[in-house]
Amino acid sequence: MSTAHKFLTMFEAIGLFIAVVGVILAIASRFSGRRGDRVVAAAFLLPTVALISVGLVYPGLKTIYQSFYNAAGNAFIGIDNYRTIFGDPDQRTVLRNTVLWVVITPFVATAVGLLYAILVDKARVEALAKALIFLPMAISFVGAGIIWKFVYEFRPDQQGIKQTGLLNEILVKLGGSPHQFLINSPWNTVFLIIVMIWIQAGFAMTVLSASIKAIPEDIVEAARLDGVRAWGMFRYVTVPSIRPALIVVLTTIGIGTLKVFDIVRTMTGGQFDTSVVANEFYSQSFRSNNQGLGAALAVLLFVLVVPIVAYNVRQLRSSEGR
Amino acid sequence: MSATTGDAVLPVTSTPSIAALDAAGGKLKKRLTSPWASLAAVLLAFLWTAPTFGLLVTSFRPKAAIDDSGWWNFVAHPSFTLDNYRQALSSNGGGLGTFFVNSAVITIPAVLIPIALASLAAYAFAWIEFKGRNLLFVCVFALQIVPIQVTLIPLLSLYVKAGLAGTFWTIWLSHAMFGLPLAIFLLHNFMKEIPRELVEAARMDGAGHVQIFFKVLMPLLTPALAAFGIFQFLWVWNDLLVALTFAGGTPDVAPLTVALANLSGTQGTAWQLLSAGAFISMVIPVLVFLSLQRFFVRGLLAGGLKG
Repeated sequence: MSTAHKFLTMFEAIGLFIAVVGVILAIASRFSGRRGDRVVAAAFLLPTVALISVGLVYPGLKTIYQSFYNAAGNAFIGIDNYRTIFGDPDQRTVLRNTVLWVVITPFVATAVGLLYAILVDKARVEALAKALIFLPMAISFVGAGIIWKFVYEFRPDQQGIKQTGLLNEILVKLGGSPHQFLINSPWNTVFLIIVMIWIQAGFAMTVLSASIKAIPEDIVEAARLDGVRAWGMFRYVTVPSIRPALIVVLTTIGIGTLKVFDIVRTMTGGQFDTSVVANEFYSQSFRSNNQGLGAALAVLLFVLVVPIVAYNVRQLRSSEGR
Repeated sequence: MSATTGDAVLPVTSTPSIAALDAAGGKLKKRLTSPWASLAAVLLAFLWTAPTFGLLVTSFRPKAAIDDSGWWNFVAHPSFTLDNYRQALSSNGGGLGTFFVNSAVITIPAVLIPIALASLAAYAFAWIEFKGRNLLFVCVFALQIVPIQVTLIPLLSLYVKAGLAGTFWTIWLSHAMFGLPLAIFLLHNFMKEIPRELVEAARMDGAGHVQIFFKVLMPLLTPALAAFGIFQFLWVWNDLLVALTFAGGTPDVAPLTVALANLSGTQGTAWQLLSAGAFISMVIPVLVFLSLQRFFVRGLLAGGLKG
């Protein structure tokens, strides 16, 4: 397809879509007053409900159903796929890695974000300082994966060969020998997690920084008059005041981390014992053609997300009730 | 539930005027900013910037230099070339030029469609009374948490049956579907903040829903639309999974991310290609992000981040 043809297709699609919205608005504008409300509501909601039903509800239910079927999807096998996930040694590694990701990433990213937000709060170059940490959020996970793959780049330890990866150069300069950061298990998973922390710290910092700025000044002033020092201020004023924001940040990063796929795929392809549930889902579904196991892994992701969200909603409600 | 849940996800509902805070916090600043704190901040900023900076420098170094020594040598042995970018874009090198076009063609409709549909739906949820409204809204809200992985395979077979497989339509529609719950949630929150009297007054004057929507609400909603627009833009432009599933790797429809991920898999040591390619894929989102940052932050604080 030529470039011109592609753009033509795009404008056709946008045109078609504008026509659909136009028809909806035309229908809606013919009904006025309270009696027409139901018609207008139906017209406004129809496209959304249709797209969501076809794109989210039906596929979701279908996947749950598929997860009880075999690799080819033609024989019912009960919970065997789930048994595989929890019993097979390879799958257990996948689970272990996923737990590592979900436990480490939110806490470290939030800690770094919070620390940085406090450090640069009201500094002269605050906006610039924040932008530096914030920028990785605009980059794709694929791009971030490549950036860090280069940091971890390994060259064999031989005469005349210089390291081109930053981390190995530092190791060698310190008198050590170069390390295969992405290959040696289990630490390679930690080095992948660092990439996610690098991306998410900016998100944590932004939300927490806004939250810190919203702490009423009289509370801070009162604490200071009571002789509270920097650490006490952090422990007894800052953290309790921004608790709801902290929970939102932790859970949001947790959910995002659970679904991480691009980083693993770009940097190791899930080899060397680095696969996680979201990556394993892709490999099983599209590489190994094991539809049943792939579906079960997707359902597992869904099941793991639910308690995090439930916790989030409960915490926020109780903090609102206070 | 609808109203409280909406507000519940706002950790910071109203930020007091920054200027007032700065004035009051003047003293605090002196207390907290010790030399150690500044040092720690600079160190963190350096750690966070060095990886990107290293690859950026690398993308402008000749291949021989890249293979011979680390990027930090560029100060001692400066050399500069645009060949890497030329090679990455050209069709007999990385071929990223074609994929760049695909990324643009994918992203524009995939941002516009959910914005328009979600504004209609959010309006209905916020300002029209009808039976089952709260239940339906809660359902849409809850669907935000469905991981897209759960939907991919059945959706793919639907596309195959409909004869859409391998076209841009699969990606446009998928991103629209996946983006709608968040878009409706965000826009509904913003719409609810608009004073009731404003809408009621327009209604008294005989304005119908369509007029209220365009004349009263739209102008006030610009920041919200911009906020979601940036989320969706970054999400779509940077997406790998959806594109990989529905577009495969063909130069006909696949976006930059797919091409770059493949390049990383097949030519993992061709850093002259990978470094230039990475920055070709980053330049648009970074520009959009920097120029519209304030809308992005506002959206973040209103609870909009897709996990």
